[in-house]
Amino acid sequence: MGGAPGGTPSTAAHALLPSVDPVQLVDPDGHASHDERYPLPDGRRLLDAYGRLVAGRRINDQANALVRQGRLAVYPSSHGQEACQVAAAVVLGEEDWLFPTYRDTVAVITRGVDPLEVLTLLRGDWHAGYDPYEHRVATQATPLATQLLHAVGVAHAAKLRGESTVVLAMCGDGATSEGDFHEALNFAAVFHVPVVFFIQNNEFAISVPLKNQTVAPSLAHKAIGYGMPGERVDGNDLAALLAVLGAAVDRARDGGGPSLVEAHTYRMQAHTNADDATRYRSADDVERWVPKDPIVRMRAYLRGLDLLTDEGERILADEADVVAAAIRAGLNTEVDVNPQELFEYVYTEKTSQLREQAALLREELERDADAAAAGTGGSMEGDQR
Amino acid sequence: MTQTTEAPAPGIGGRAGAGAVPAPRATTFAKALNAALADAMEADAAVLMFGEDVGPLGGVFRITDGLTARFGEERCFDTPLAEAGIMGMAVGMAMNGMKPVVEMQFDAFAYPAFEQVVSHVAKMPNRTKGKVRLPIVIRIPYAGGIGGVEHHCDSSEAYYAHTPGLTVLAPATVRDAYFMLREAIASPDPVVFLEPKKLYWSKEEVDLAELRRTFDDGEAPRRIGRAVVARPGTDATLISYGPSVPTALAAAAAAAEEGRSIEVIDLRSIVPFDDETVCASVRRTGRAVVVAEAPGFASVASEIVARVQERCFHSLAAPVLRVTGFDIPYPSPKLEHFYLPSVDRILDAVDDLQWEDRP
Repeated sequence: MGGAPGGTPSTAAHALLPSVDPVQLVDPDGHASHDERYPLPDGRRLLDAYGRLVAGRRINDQANALVRQGRLAVYPSSHGQEACQVAAAVVLGEEDWLFPTYRDTVAVITRGVDPLEVLTLLRGDWHAGYDPYEHRVATQATPLATQLLHAVGVAHAAKLRGESTVVLAMCGDGATSEGDFHEALNFAAVFHVPVVFFIQNNEFAISVPLKNQTVAPSLAHKAIGYGMPGERVDGNDLAALLAVLGAAVDRARDGGGPSLVEAHTYRMQAHTNADDATRYRSADDVERWVPKDPIVRMRAYLRGLDLLTDEGERILADEADVVAAAIRAGLNTEVDVNPQELFEYVYTEKTSQLREQAALLREELERDADAAAAGTGGSMEGDQR
Repeated sequence: MTQTTEAPAPGIGGRAGAGAVPAPRATTFAKALNAALADAMEADAAVLMFGEDVGPLGGVFRITDGLTARFGEERCFDTPLAEAGIMGMAVGMAMNGMKPVVEMQFDAFAYPAFEQVVSHVAKMPNRTKGKVRLPIVIRIPYAGGIGGVEHHCDSSEAYYAHTPGLTVLAPATVRDAYFMLREAIASPDPVVFLEPKKLYWSKEEVDLAELRRTFDDGEAPRRIGRAVVARPGTDATLISYGPSVPTALAAAAAAAEEGRSIEVIDLRSIVPFDDETVCASVRRTGRAVVVAEAPGFASVASEIVARVQERCFHSLAAPVLRVTGFDIPYPSPKLEHFYLPSVDRILDAVDDLQWEDRP
């Protein structure tokens, strides 16, 4: 990388800069390469993660189908980014926290949260369907980059109490333009808290390409401005992601402070089903990423080592089908929503205003129920008045 | 007149000089807030204080004076200069077992944190069905009357009051400053705590040790959601909060010299709003004026007028009036006295309450 025009950076500053090329340990053809800083994860670990990758793809496909059937209001797919999703979840220990965005459904499920609870947000029965404390997964964040500051706060509290918790906070490339992204990195560095900021650079913020988002050499380069190390990793290389994110987590746990990891990946599908991706990119652009698919690559590597057989693949596919079937069955069941819950959680104790409004709604519902019980007579009577 | 005039509820009126304490001393509003913070931090190790200049300097108004020295820089600390950062970090710390108290330094400096406040602080408990509680107190030195330059004197309560999930408080007395801040810190819900800057140096004869004992023993009457009759009266009600309460009390005193008995309600708690105390007063007096410093359009004052006319219409002898700031950006120091609700403006409004039409 070229030196800064103002002079040669000091060795210490240099150490914060990312590698020239994104770290890659397994190439698109499934061949391993050597990187002295990042040892290749062992085969068993990769095989386990590969199974989660297959399940993640299946979850994405199933959720897309459920949107088409009207069972989900919307689904921001991570198709093509599943290696990032799986790695973000599996590098964490039980005591750690994951802070996901709305696109990180697969990461949240991989962390152990019930898929049906994860999909509550997108299904539309409540905003966040799971208990963040159960698996130490924050609610999926919709506003961009705001959750990165929450992650810093969780880490800071843990540090003050002397706990070994590490927080991994996810965001996309678009989020790096938001003020909260910069405040979060700065706060994390100043307070020296154990946070790994993980950017999935999938090249588009809805329709806006990365070149309109930043002219920095890479998003990982932003780290040096805050005094923390940045690293770039091939976001479709599960092995490299496990190695780089794992190293960042270890570093944070050992008191090394925060760091920034940028994964270079691609959003293979539209932003959501409401998006028309053909308006801002060509089919050829998307096609160029097909050979880099994270599943194809890891399958080739594992098969090359004879760790994955036809039988093994069949078992993993069946397991993924079980997950998908459970999602399908769950979402095909109507959920009873309780309108009185609208007022339950706004304050710990309902205000007199909310009590009045809850009573108003209850009366309306009882009137409707009475009218329904009375059959057509109820509405006839109303009409006559 | 038409409606029965009930006597003001005993024990809630005439706070000035009420509650004889063992060793009364002149204590400022600022000192009471400082004591409340220190006592809360002493009582609960989860309580933390952070913001801009709140450490060794003790805050630009010295509200956090001595806290770092006493509790260490892990409990009271300076942050980088970034309000969204302060607010967002508070969310995470509250998620993870802490009770953060943050200082926003000045009303208009809090706006960069607005997204964090309205999108996360206010909504997180509801969106998680109460699984995540955020016991955060957002202290905002607030409103005008101190000759501050621009962006130092905004009345921002309507923005927060309009956001469900936030408790919004504005004390007006030294005693309330202490009790309400303690109560805010003890609340499991997020609280926007508006500190009228022009009252920081106002004094009352109180014994802080006695206030502490009263609070710790659970003997202090609850203030969140509870308005108080600051001065009893029978002819009309002035409804006010925060920085405008002393002005309303002065107007009531002046009106008394002209032979009118004016009741003054100090809301203390904007959200939750105490309809009961406010409406009981208006039903007694039949006339009301809302006094507040913020611009009147789409304001908390507007909301109070609407609530009173919805609930007390048949008791009203006159329309409910407002005395508020003008609908302009907060003016420069040499112009602010034209803007702020004044005793004369309040008395004019009282005069306008259709007295001559009264049967």
